[in-house]
Amino acid sequence: MMTTLSPVETIKANSRFLRGTLVESLADAHTGGLREPDQTLLKFHGSYQQDDRDLREERAEAKLEPAHSFMIRTRTPGGVVTPAQWLAFDAIARRYGGGSLRLTTRQAIQLHGVIKRELKSTLQAINQTLIDTIAACGDVNRNVLVSANPVDSDAHRIVYADAVALSEALLPATRAYHEIWLDEQPVAGTPEVEPLYGPTYLPRKFKTAFVLPPQNDVDIHAHDLGFVAIVVDGVVAGYNVLVGGGLGTTHGDARTYARAASVLGYVPRGQEIEVAKAVLTTQRDHGSREDRRLSRLKYTIDRLGLDWFRGEVEQRSGVKFAPAKAVRFTSRGDRFGWTRGVDGNWHLTLRLVAGRIADRSEASLLSALRQLAQVHQGDFRITANQNLVVAGISPEARPEIERIFIETGLAALLERSPVELNALACVALPTCPLAMAEAERYLPRFSAQVQSLLARHGVPEEVLSLRISGCPNGCSRPFLAEVALVGKAPGRYNLHLGGDAFGVRLNRLYRENIDEAEILAVLDRSFGRWRLERGSAEAFGDYADRVLLAEVAP
Amino acid sequence: MTSAADALSLNASPLSAEQLHTLQQLSAGASDAALWWISGYLAGQAALRAPQAAPKANAVSQSRLTVVYASQTGNSKAAATALARQAESQGLAVRLVNIAEYSLAELGRERYLAIAISTQGDGDPPDDARIFLKQLAGARAPKLADLRYTVLALGDSSYAKFCEIGRKLDARLAELGGSRLAERADADLDIEATAAPWRLSTLSAAVEAIGRSPAATVTLLRPVTAAVAAATHWQSATVYANQRLTARDSEVDVRHLELSLGDSGLRYEPGDSLEVQIDNPSALVDEFLARSGLDGDASVEHAGQRRSLRDWLRSERELTRLSASLLSAVFAAHPEHPLQAAGNSLLDTHQVVDLLAAGRVEWDAQRWVAALAPLKPRAYSIASAQAEVGDEVHLTVALKRSHGAGIERVGLASGHLAALAEGAQVKVRVEANPRFRLPRDGSRDLIMIGPGTGVAPFRAFLQQRVADGASGRNWLFFGHRHLRSEFLYQTEWLAALKRGQLHRLDVAFSRDGPERRYVQHVIAERATELVSWIDNGAHLYLCGDAKRMARDVEATLIDAIARVRGIDSEAASDELDALSSAGRFQRDVY
Repeated sequence: MMTTLSPVETIKANSRFLRGTLVESLADAHTGGLREPDQTLLKFHGSYQQDDRDLREERAEAKLEPAHSFMIRTRTPGGVVTPAQWLAFDAIARRYGGGSLRLTTRQAIQLHGVIKRELKSTLQAINQTLIDTIAACGDVNRNVLVSANPVDSDAHRIVYADAVALSEALLPATRAYHEIWLDEQPVAGTPEVEPLYGPTYLPRKFKTAFVLPPQNDVDIHAHDLGFVAIVVDGVVAGYNVLVGGGLGTTHGDARTYARAASVLGYVPRGQEIEVAKAVLTTQRDHGSREDRRLSRLKYTIDRLGLDWFRGEVEQRSGVKFAPAKAVRFTSRGDRFGWTRGVDGNWHLTLRLVAGRIADRSEASLLSALRQLAQVHQGDFRITANQNLVVAGISPEARPEIERIFIETGLAALLERSPVELNALACVALPTCPLAMAEAERYLPRFSAQVQSLLARHGVPEEVLSLRISGCPNGCSRPFLAEVALVGKAPGRYNLHLGGDAFGVRLNRLYRENIDEAEILAVLDRSFGRWRLERGSAEAFGDYADRVLLAEVAP
Repeated sequence: MTSAADALSLNASPLSAEQLHTLQQLSAGASDAALWWISGYLAGQAALRAPQAAPKANAVSQSRLTVVYASQTGNSKAAATALARQAESQGLAVRLVNIAEYSLAELGRERYLAIAISTQGDGDPPDDARIFLKQLAGARAPKLADLRYTVLALGDSSYAKFCEIGRKLDARLAELGGSRLAERADADLDIEATAAPWRLSTLSAAVEAIGRSPAATVTLLRPVTAAVAAATHWQSATVYANQRLTARDSEVDVRHLELSLGDSGLRYEPGDSLEVQIDNPSALVDEFLARSGLDGDASVEHAGQRRSLRDWLRSERELTRLSASLLSAVFAAHPEHPLQAAGNSLLDTHQVVDLLAAGRVEWDAQRWVAALAPLKPRAYSIASAQAEVGDEVHLTVALKRSHGAGIERVGLASGHLAALAEGAQVKVRVEANPRFRLPRDGSRDLIMIGPGTGVAPFRAFLQQRVADGASGRNWLFFGHRHLRSEFLYQTEWLAALKRGQLHRLDVAFSRDGPERRYVQHVIAERATELVSWIDNGAHLYLCGDAKRMARDVEATLIDAIARVRGIDSEAASDELDALSSAGRFQRDVY
């Protein structure tokens, strides 16, 4: 069969290592957008061109182009940010980002609504904080996740350091970012090389995560590459390596599917970078570059076989995999409120619905967190569940933090049911170009409705993972939830049920393209049957998998 | 038009039969632009020779009344033409000439001169007078000891510099030694009220001075044609669309209106304007009556017409535009009026009712009707080409708002048009603008400078050029305050750019950056390329605000030409004038 490269491959190949005509696009004064190829290349620099979809039609009638703006995403491995950096982002958000920050499921800080002529200033301001945005999007290794485990601080420090080293090792080598945004002078005469990626980078995005069991807050089975820390006698001895996870699908394309990661085996600590490079280059050389829907590593592995893939990685890395160590996960959510670490310091985990931080009438979250950052001596950790840990609070510092926590209303945000506290949503409308339905803006309403159903059936304290995604791309990792809505059209969703409580088993489609009334009716019936038919403490996801989905299975 | 112009100049011609023949041959095959160029060239030649070779005693000018007009929209021309006709019927030898074809050398020989000249916007001359007035102000202006002259100044007293150009011209002619044939007259919008008495006094003085000469005749420059007659006829147009062009968060409300002319047969060309006739809103009339304490049913006679005060106010008198003469009358009668100190600055910020809201004006109905300016139609540059839109006409209307008395007021026409729903009717007529025309030669490049609603005619130009398949390049300069919310017709320009119909697009958004950046700043940055387009034969067009923008842009153009060519600004200014004379720099400013 004849194959043709996807247009994105041509853009990458012609981009002179991700430069394209970005400089010229930025200078085009007659539009707030970029030229089309540059919109693709910008992603590799950590930014997406978006537009306010709420205004699209109105602006088209007014003969105005869409209200273009830019999302900027940080590369912050493990989501660790110092208070000084937080204060800098607070100022950047107020000046350039419409007074809003967003914490993502990949432990990054996102700015939204940055306009083109301020894009460069914003990126410069971000880089001044010693945080960059390189490879935060695009067909490269993206921000590396690390469990936000605040309790086992020694193990966290090690795993976090390994993740940072890995993130650095997998960075693209091009100086395009520094030249375009930071005014670095190009070095004449030396031909540029991209030793790891090559001139066309990867076929598709590539996601890496580190997890520290027994907490599975990063959903370790959802990533292209996963490292499960094996702690022996309090020491991180090595990692189980997982590959081929990935949740993104395309509605109506049966060739696409969500896939939980497969186990390659165990490696001692210190070999993870070589393994990662081998996985990445194998995908670079064997991943599909024709159809971007089928380009993720999961399809490469299923096409070529896991055993072949393991052999290829071993050959490329010179690392032999040992059998994976036994691992048990017991939770996936964040431990909200106060917890005390093994070193005696305190940690405070805050709930930030859908990761959104802004000063709004119901709560002034941006200002509240600024107050905390002004006094906090430890660090902040963005969790993969879009929440924030104020980590490393000494016993002496705790009263002041506690005071701010209560006075600013941050404490009140924890007075919610477990369902509402653990629910996730991606951004979706109005800014995400992929969104088919609401997610972030729908989450508070929908999670409250599910909670009232649980209360009606007498289980108000049930911990049930609920996720909404505006499209099947899966940024909020919906396919690992017990109950998930995946956007189909405004007000209409696919209802997925049957994930497990710890993010190991994928859920499945239960009802397709239904509206809110039908979703609630289906859930009402399902909760009712689960209450009557569940095994002693059977989780809803397990019940749905065992009974409900079996009834509709083909 | 060409033949009429020939007839005029030939009738009073000093040329030999052979010269006449040559001239006729030359002009027969020439385009409008070429004729303009030739006239400028010859005038220049004459001006150069003037000091050495002025004929000693020109028998013709000794016994002839020369009537010169400088006209933007035709009012001065009409007034001058009426004078020439009346003079002719009185048996005077008369020459009627447009100021663009009139030279300093001729002026130096002139004995009896009547000039009708208008003032545009805020103290600008009409385009055709620019070169003459500039030369007249210079050191080479002739001594005019033998000249007897009179000036009819036309203007609009809602502008602070009412009749400024006519006043200046009158003063300059006196400064050069001329004496007055009749006193200058300053005509407001009801021109005839002033022009008719001026003609009478001018005529009687001229007849007395010159005597009658049965041999002389005058031919009208341009006979009244059917097209002109049609233009004075109001038609009803139907609103097809009324779409806001500025984003919802913009403080500026600019509308795109699509009107259907139906089968009215109304025709227009790119560059023309559309006049709309609108009565004052009843609510505003009621407010005037309430605030003045006058009875709307009271009958008022003025200028031979009798109607109720309410009718006068509704359809005959300006309530939304103040005039300088009204202000001076009000403040003369009421020195204690709280707005007295603000003077003419009120013209931009207040309406008539705002004066009443701020302080008492103890006038009766008669006095108000006499003092208020006559209501006049509002003109908008047409934003469409019939080649593209057929029987529709598109307008770009900026809603004018003011808050003089702390109450929001809207402009008469913009307020009315912005509120029109689909299907509503509005009275319109076409106002031709022959001085703002696309080049006949489609291979010529266009440079269009149109910030704000000044961009309207360029939408028409581009539509026409695309419909014509014109091969010349099109370059648009646009400016406004914000890119995101106020880029008028942005998607159309971007699409035209993508399709290769618009070749260059340069924009300036004044409020987007730390420094104010206007369209002239972009022009300055593009000087080299702009001059190379001019060298390549490009036509320049400028449309929009006359007060600041047009002046700044012209100064920038002169500076750009001077810099690129390494010449002084006087020479650069002459080059721009020459472009203007040749019809390659045209302006529609207001």
